[in-house]
Amino acid sequence: MSSARAMEQDQATGRLAVTGLTVQVATPAGARTVVDGLSFTLEGGKTLCIAGESGSGKSMTALSLMQLLPKPMARVSAGTAMLAGRDILALPEAAMRAVRGRSIGMIFQEPMTSLNPVLTVGRQLGGAISAHGGLSDAAIRARALELLDQVQIPEPARRLKQYPHELSGGMRQRVVIAMALAQNPQILIADEPTTALDVTVQAQILALIRKLQADLGLSVILITHDMGVVAEMADDVLVMQHGQMVEHSPAGVIFSKPRHPYTRELLAAVPRLGEMAGTTAPKRAGESADAAKPTHAEPLVAVKDLTVRFDIKGGILQRPMQRVHAVEGVSFDIMPGETLSLVGESGCGKSTTGKALLNLIPWQGQISVGGRATHGLGARAMRPVLRDVQMIFQDPYASLDPRMRVGELVAEPLQIHGLASGSELADRVAYLFDRVGLSTDQMRRYPHEFSGGQRQRICIARALSLSPRLIVADESVAALDVSIQAQVLDLLQDIQNETGMSYLFISHDMAVVEQISHRVAVMYMGRFVEMGSRTQIFENPQHDYTRKLMAAVPVADPARPRRAFMEKAEDLPSPVHALDYTPPRHAPRDIGGGHLVWEAR
Amino acid sequence: MVAETGTARDPSPETSPGTPSVLTRLLRRPLALAGLVIIAVVVLAAALAPWLAPYDPYEQFFDGLTIEGAPLPPNAQFWFGTDLVGRDLLSRLIYGAQTSLVIGVAANGIAVVIGSAVGISAGYFRGWTDTVLMRFTDLMMAFPALLLAIVLAAIFRPSLWIVAMVIAMVNWVQIARVTYTETRSIAERDFVVAERAMGAGAGRILLRHILPHLLSTIIVWATLGIATTVLLEATLSFLGIGVQPPIPSWGNIIFENQTYFSSAPWLVFIPGAAILALALAFNLVGDALRDILDPTQQGRH
Repeated sequence: MSSARAMEQDQATGRLAVTGLTVQVATPAGARTVVDGLSFTLEGGKTLCIAGESGSGKSMTALSLMQLLPKPMARVSAGTAMLAGRDILALPEAAMRAVRGRSIGMIFQEPMTSLNPVLTVGRQLGGAISAHGGLSDAAIRARALELLDQVQIPEPARRLKQYPHELSGGMRQRVVIAMALAQNPQILIADEPTTALDVTVQAQILALIRKLQADLGLSVILITHDMGVVAEMADDVLVMQHGQMVEHSPAGVIFSKPRHPYTRELLAAVPRLGEMAGTTAPKRAGESADAAKPTHAEPLVAVKDLTVRFDIKGGILQRPMQRVHAVEGVSFDIMPGETLSLVGESGCGKSTTGKALLNLIPWQGQISVGGRATHGLGARAMRPVLRDVQMIFQDPYASLDPRMRVGELVAEPLQIHGLASGSELADRVAYLFDRVGLSTDQMRRYPHEFSGGQRQRICIARALSLSPRLIVADESVAALDVSIQAQVLDLLQDIQNETGMSYLFISHDMAVVEQISHRVAVMYMGRFVEMGSRTQIFENPQHDYTRKLMAAVPVADPARPRRAFMEKAEDLPSPVHALDYTPPRHAPRDIGGGHLVWEAR
Repeated sequence: MVAETGTARDPSPETSPGTPSVLTRLLRRPLALAGLVIIAVVVLAAALAPWLAPYDPYEQFFDGLTIEGAPLPPNAQFWFGTDLVGRDLLSRLIYGAQTSLVIGVAANGIAVVIGSAVGISAGYFRGWTDTVLMRFTDLMMAFPALLLAIVLAAIFRPSLWIVAMVIAMVNWVQIARVTYTETRSIAERDFVVAERAMGAGAGRILLRHILPHLLSTIIVWATLGIATTVLLEATLSFLGIGVQPPIPSWGNIIFENQTYFSSAPWLVFIPGAAILALALAFNLVGDALRDILDPTQQGRH
């Protein structure tokens, strides 16, 4: 009895000491070490951030601590992790089940996939609460309500009856956190908990984790690739590269005096909001670019009153029942050689706007590209327009046919438009590979043989092959590591400086937008709320929503005061309306120099 | 996790420019080679039947039956034994290969082509094309296949090619259903949207981008179809609307002799084994083809 109590006492401190953790995965060529001799100590009540780029072994570390590695392909080959006097890496499965949930709770990246879509929130939360048995239904319900209240979900009683798809992304992640906390663990492992969320929601979730930590005395291991999140959260930081620890220091030291070159590299690659203050051109624009830019040319693309609505069909006859107002009366111009950025959170209609420019979805309004109106054009009539407008998608792997060689993929647009054949085609493709910084002897490989950044370069080469005048870049760097992201952004800007290309740059990342844009439009619920030059938007934001977006961006500076806890989460207004709904129209207010603000009243 | 392993993989060493042809790579796989050999043997047997068969397949030998009138088991004179009326089983099998190849390969092949074409067009174009094609497919599915075959065979005068057509007409529906579902999910994927964004026409998207992804499914269904179509032909022959006796086919050899299964099992086992071997051979080759044609399945690490 007394030993058990002592253990509980010890456990309550939430101190975890890891020594020499080594994880190997099986490959046909033999074992490959993905985590190499990692040692660290998580002190009770503190936050340890494990930072690194994809493939650095940070997720493997988290999974091995929970004994959740995908066996038998991956295994812990050496090392110990002492928690409350026991080595949790050596515990048998039955004993480990008592550790999971009770001693260590875990949150994953994508809240939708870590919840079961066919069970209500109440059932899933109840399952987590009673996982080790012995509670009455009333007690489970009371505990569930208490947990939902703890993670700041409004109207907890109603939420218990809802299904995951009825909740917003931030709400779902709160439910996942509530489940992880159900058994009062002392340690919380969060693996990229906010990567899939919008910035404003990310700020709320991070603040929530900090509050829970203060209230419950949790120790937190936070795994992230985002140095901004590290600065917001960490007491201690562990930087990993290729499975090895390259630096382990207190947060203040990492940011002010990084010792290892890799840490410095990582920090240098992070775009910082506000670092462009006082300039008007994008980061890499040469001195000549401004002079070369024609001042009052015809706009390359003119969009007027673009409206996109989707019908939701239902009933026996599949009649339209409701309507999604994805984009509502958006107007903008893009000048030659200009980058216009669309910023907003997921579901605001920014990708839909980009797709409408290429006629990939049905829309109403007027769009003209190089003087040609594109409304209602069929696939064949659209072809000459598509030579002027091309698109780069978010996920470079998904947008390349995995069964074709990359050389063929890059040649394809030229063949479709009949622009080149034979040796001319081969020369042109070789030139494009060279242009985006790939070597021509990689042409015979398949997409899966390339890294994420290289694949995005292939997508860029494909888009460039038609020598378009506008490229729609839809979250084109969002899926890339920061260092790769910086390289791809540089490439895009170099191409612009060289050829006078225009970009419609669609992104949720304010810091990236600040680097690359000439002009910025902020979108919310299918409408523009503010549009103006980069300086106007970033140095003099007028709309509340713009300010909110900027305040939410995590800043890679631990000295900056951490933001106070925010009020309860709110549901987003829904873009789904009845069929007879006519949206109100707002006129923009010009507050000088083309800086337009739409009031949200 | 998934993203990490996906991007962490190092570009593997060079796929040399002299990548061997599909056939060479097929021959390097022992199982695929075995399959090709079996297919070659059956094709040769069918093509060279008049020269290969030891006897006339229709001749009822006087010494082909025992004194009691029972068929002979395999022996030195009749290698595979004789059937109920004293005909040489080996010769009938060799001639039967002609019929069974036409049914199993041609009829089944036509069914696969029709089924895939219907499924892919309905899945990609959606809208009215989808409604018309898939409701028609459902209609055909709801109709008992055997009854339909009987009606069709009764309308036309029975002959081998009519039987092949009838079998093709009733067998395409399953493939249409399966390819339809898969096409719908592939058509939603980013790379197809990317193709549309660069102005690719429907033909290019369907043939060069969607069809290759469906090949593995189609190959599996096509090889499964060989055994079922050969047996469907036997059923039709048994009902008197298929290949007319005394023309041999592997299916009707089994049906003619199945009542004597306990006393003369070789009459069912040997043609049964032939059908099995042919289906297995196509399956092995199909499997190997699927792996060879999928670049992400190459075993380089």
